[in-house]
Amino acid sequence: MLLPIAAGKIKAGFPSPADDFTVRRQDLNELLITHPTATFFWEVGGTSMTGAGIHNGDILVVNRALSPLQRDIVVAEIYVYFTGKYLYKRQGRIKLQAADPTFPDITFKDGQVMKVCGVVTACVKRFRQG
Amino acid sequence: MYALVDGNNFYVSCERIFRPSLNDKPVVVLSNNDGCAIARSNEAKALGIKMGAPWFQIRHLADSHGLVALSANFTLYGDISSRMMAIAAALGPGQEMYSIDESFVSLDGVRGDLIRRGHVIRSRILQWIGIPTCIGMGSTKTLAKLANHIAKTAERKPGSYPDALSQVCNLSALPSDTLKAVLEATEVNEVWGVGPRIGTGLRESGIHTVWQLMQLDPTTIRRRWSLTLEKTLRELQGTPCITLDDEPPPKQEIACTRSFGHPVTEQSVLVEAVSEFASRAAEKLRKQHSLAGQLLVFARTSPFRPGTKFAKSTVVPLRRPTADSAMLVKAAVAGLRSIFKPGILYAKAGVMLLELQPDTLVQGELDLEVEDLEERTRLMTALDNLNNRYGKGTVLMASAGLAGEKRAWSMRQERRTPRYTTDWNALPVARC
Repeated sequence: MLLPIAAGKIKAGFPSPADDFTVRRQDLNELLITHPTATFFWEVGGTSMTGAGIHNGDILVVNRALSPLQRDIVVAEIYVYFTGKYLYKRQGRIKLQAADPTFPDITFKDGQVMKVCGVVTACVKRFRQG
Repeated sequence: MYALVDGNNFYVSCERIFRPSLNDKPVVVLSNNDGCAIARSNEAKALGIKMGAPWFQIRHLADSHGLVALSANFTLYGDISSRMMAIAAALGPGQEMYSIDESFVSLDGVRGDLIRRGHVIRSRILQWIGIPTCIGMGSTKTLAKLANHIAKTAERKPGSYPDALSQVCNLSALPSDTLKAVLEATEVNEVWGVGPRIGTGLRESGIHTVWQLMQLDPTTIRRRWSLTLEKTLRELQGTPCITLDDEPPPKQEIACTRSFGHPVTEQSVLVEAVSEFASRAAEKLRKQHSLAGQLLVFARTSPFRPGTKFAKSTVVPLRRPTADSAMLVKAAVAGLRSIFKPGILYAKAGVMLLELQPDTLVQGELDLEVEDLEERTRLMTALDNLNNRYGKGTVLMASAGLAGEKRAWSMRQERRTPRYTTDWNALPVARC
């Protein structure tokens, strides 16, 4: 919540030097959500991206307005579910890779549909609540 | 020039954003207790399911054809709608939100290739929020609406119109012989403002296509039919008679929105504005003898000004369907307070009434509701007492939520999907 500090009324005497400043505190939304209209959140389920700092239960900030680039972490729609993985995009080949090498790459044959929903721009984790 | 931007099968498309398993399946979204289909996927349309079909009549298709039925999730639709409206607003200098999934955009003074511009906005909406849309353009709102119908039909039924008109159709850009062919292929009842009765009357007089209607003389039409139809005809012929923010006949939603002359930053000013919008919408609601079940309120910045961008909306479920101004204003103000952020230059705000139903229909239920309300009041009093004794906390939150859910929603929400975009406990899961 942003609270602008209201300028006080000066009746007489030396004006308060703070009057000229309306302070806005840092707002995490500004930092994490640069594109509110196109930003959605997904919850992480699983451990294949732990090596990328993404843990089970974290919240992914996903910007759908960005074009996905090679090595972006993306949320993609495959078959009937969503997955969060590194995007591998080279020489016309596209696959999804986990950070943990013991997870097999997800590859696509002709005719198989993989839709990148958006680029993961941040990951929110909480250590203790309240 | 006007454009009409319209979400395809909007409620179903909203559901598909977070449920890939619904892709390519026949899906319907049901209204509340009536259980009628209020939105259909193309696959459901192909099964012959009509708009408004009662669930009990189509239920068997679930087993035989894998039909999926969902309860309306207005919280989700409201959020996606406000995102869609905000993106569509970049098409031109003025916007009127006609319903939860349609907005008229004025294209006055917009230069360059309008069709290409339309495709850019269409792809942007699809990429940013996952909603497929169609855009119709024309020199009047009636023509824009007709163009939208053509763009949709050309996409859904290939071969019905030239492929080039699919998704984005600008009737003003068509060569006259193509335009004639297109309008000859369009039935007269597809025209905005031509209701079923007038449509039947026109067909009985041998007027079947839009082209035929356009050849008639406006004065004859007025004498023979009505002033309204004359207005429609003039619009079809290219003379604007319905301007932006003019109120067309009511639909499933009632909207009251406005762009501010100067950017607004004060919450108190916005509160005043949405209060007025809510009372105006309430008047319209009573005029058409309807009640609203939910109210959407939104506020946003201008898509054309530099600086912090903001576009937020919230859907406030009403305790019970109402046309009471006081209730609606209260809900609008509460909604606005919950989305308001200081330090923003607001350019537009509005109120939309959703889930409309005839006021006669609910009359029978009112007695039950009153009982329910009393019960709820007693329950709330008990809860407040508990909280006073043991302190505020989870008791209130969980119980209040449960009480609210149980009261207003138990019937409606049987098949409702989670509120993916407005509730931290309802996030979609990405398998990692």
